[in-house]
Amino acid sequence: MFLLPAAAGLLVFEIWPTFQTIYYSFTSWGAFGGHVWSGLENYRTLIADSDVLHAVVNTAIISAISLLAVPLSAIVAALLSLPGMRGVTVYRTLYFLPVVTLPAAVALTWKFLFNGDYGLINWLLSKFGIDGPHWLSDPATAIFAISIVAVWGSIGYNMVIFLSGIRGIPVDYYEAAELDGAGRVSQFFHVTVPLLTPSIFFVTVITVINSLQAFDLIYLMVGQQSPAIARTETLVYLFYQRGFAEHDGGYAAAIGVVLLLATLILTAAQFRLQRRWVHYG
Amino acid sequence: MNTARRLLSLCLTPLLLAAAACSGSSESADNEHVTLTYAIWDQAQSAAMKQIIEEFHAQHPNIDVQVQVTPWESYWTKLQTSITAGSGPDVLWMTMVYAKYYAVGGGIAPLDDKIKDSKLDMGAYVPAVTKAYTVDGKVYGIPKDVNGFGLCYNKKLFDAAKVKYPDDSWTWSDVIAAAQKLTNPQKGVFGFVAPEADELSWYLTVPQVGGQVISDDEKSSGYDKPATIQGIQFWTDMITKYHVSPTLQQTTDTDPLAMLTSGKVAMRYCGSWEPEEIAAVPYGKANIDIAPLPAGPDGNRKYYSNGLANSISAKSKHPQQAWEFAQFLGSERAAEIQAKTGTVIPAYQGHADAYAKAMPEFNLQVFVDHLKYAEPFPASTDTAAWRDTATKQFADAWTGKAPVADVSQRVAEAMNAALAKEKK
Repeated sequence: MFLLPAAAGLLVFEIWPTFQTIYYSFTSWGAFGGHVWSGLENYRTLIADSDVLHAVVNTAIISAISLLAVPLSAIVAALLSLPGMRGVTVYRTLYFLPVVTLPAAVALTWKFLFNGDYGLINWLLSKFGIDGPHWLSDPATAIFAISIVAVWGSIGYNMVIFLSGIRGIPVDYYEAAELDGAGRVSQFFHVTVPLLTPSIFFVTVITVINSLQAFDLIYLMVGQQSPAIARTETLVYLFYQRGFAEHDGGYAAAIGVVLLLATLILTAAQFRLQRRWVHYG
Repeated sequence: MNTARRLLSLCLTPLLLAAAACSGSSESADNEHVTLTYAIWDQAQSAAMKQIIEEFHAQHPNIDVQVQVTPWESYWTKLQTSITAGSGPDVLWMTMVYAKYYAVGGGIAPLDDKIKDSKLDMGAYVPAVTKAYTVDGKVYGIPKDVNGFGLCYNKKLFDAAKVKYPDDSWTWSDVIAAAQKLTNPQKGVFGFVAPEADELSWYLTVPQVGGQVISDDEKSSGYDKPATIQGIQFWTDMITKYHVSPTLQQTTDTDPLAMLTSGKVAMRYCGSWEPEEIAAVPYGKANIDIAPLPAGPDGNRKYYSNGLANSISAKSKHPQQAWEFAQFLGSERAAEIQAKTGTVIPAYQGHADAYAKAMPEFNLQVFVDHLKYAEPFPASTDTAAWRDTATKQFADAWTGKAPVADVSQRVAEAMNAALAKEKK
């Protein structure tokens, strides 16, 4: 009973639209409502669309970078802000700030930092004699610039998960390890890390799902006019572009279905793999 | 990060949206007090719009109008979704780019009967604008404004390089020659700026050499025509051949208008809505002036001009009151208010003078004189399906990765495919 409001919301706003999307992906849309059944046509176009291929590759790159960098940097952030360290509250606030900041503000600030001619990052690089690239408009670097911001932005949230995970580890284990002569480093690798694997698993699953949905940073920091857009546009960005800017609702729904399948497959694979490396208790 | 899911539910649950967001009261009678929503996208013009609304309200105390400003990037997605859901604005700004799409799709209402009943004289407006909003013989918008273009130049940089100020004798070759003299790599100054923005770049030069973006019957792309390619080449040459313009990456990172108003580029093609922004920067106000847009190699001055209109949503619950307001927006008085702010040239003819005098520091007359060369903005029923793709593809030509002719060929093919799909 207590679940009802949440469950109803989930049903109406999440699950029902999912099935609608699947249905719409087999239709062709009119400008202002109305659609006709078009069978597999959207999917036929999709297979031949080189933009979709680019978007899949770009999404995969962002996801792979995030999958490697987010858990690592969040653990480091958690370790640096364990209770008892100096200025802990300041660090925690700093790490968590991006999570509660508007994406538009985040994007705008980083856009200034990344500016090729007047940005702070390139100014700093120039002090070391390095001629920095046009981070966001150079097709070769843009996707990495976006990934940096995405990783930076999600450290805070994941750090909190690791912090609570670390604090959930009983002190006895550390005492036992110390009696056995384990130093700080080997304590970390043989006690902390194994017992943290459930948290790590949770973080990796969430990170992959989130990075598959990358959109706002690309929309705000790169945009349709940029020469780097072909090398940064993700599936969700393409979904938005086709569905909303180019008014092809049915085709956008088909892209959405591809994304849904990718998310399902990757998450299922992660759950399958967890048996090999996650220790509960 | 739930954007995807939010977008999905936004896009695919129009019924829910309709239930959640209702505007105005539900019934309309002539003397009833109603509130209309007026959707616009330019914050710079909202002051003029509010003044117009005040005067309208004084004449029609029963009608309140609320202005809803949505930035251009999201204006169109929001408008389409909300009209589909039946919760959109009553009166709205329309551009030539989307006029046919909204008219054919049934998003905006035809106004002919109302024009006839109110005896509104459509001859008062710039004909090119009226024509662009006439779809299948029906009028779908009351013309609001029209765009002219000119050559913005930095007097200080011209003086320093001892180059004569541009005048109405200038053609492409004069621009190139001056840009070469003005470019000074040591000081980080470029003579010209060649952004990749259709409306502010090749839409101004393609018609000057007889090229076309779209054929007159709107059935095929003109991008594969040699003249069109020549018109586009003018821009890419500035970067890849003469090296007198910042690269595409630079103009993507930094707004070209900001480059002009900070003395980093000496010349830029400007639109008639931009002087206000230039005057807002003290350096720009002191050093920039405007010359006639240079003509094509043979003296041809034709260009593609966009102009806005006020349209009424087909789903408006108060069509009669919306018409009263739209009619007032198209009135001489409304034109006068807009012209005096110097933000736009009114489509209501005979009020360009007030615009030209709005900012004495600039030679705004240049924009007004340009209007007589206006050609209707390239558009088909679904312009958006090929316009964005063209911009995306031409990046390869701007960065020098591929010759303009190759990219143009590619764009033409994609555009022809999109146009063929339209007619189904």
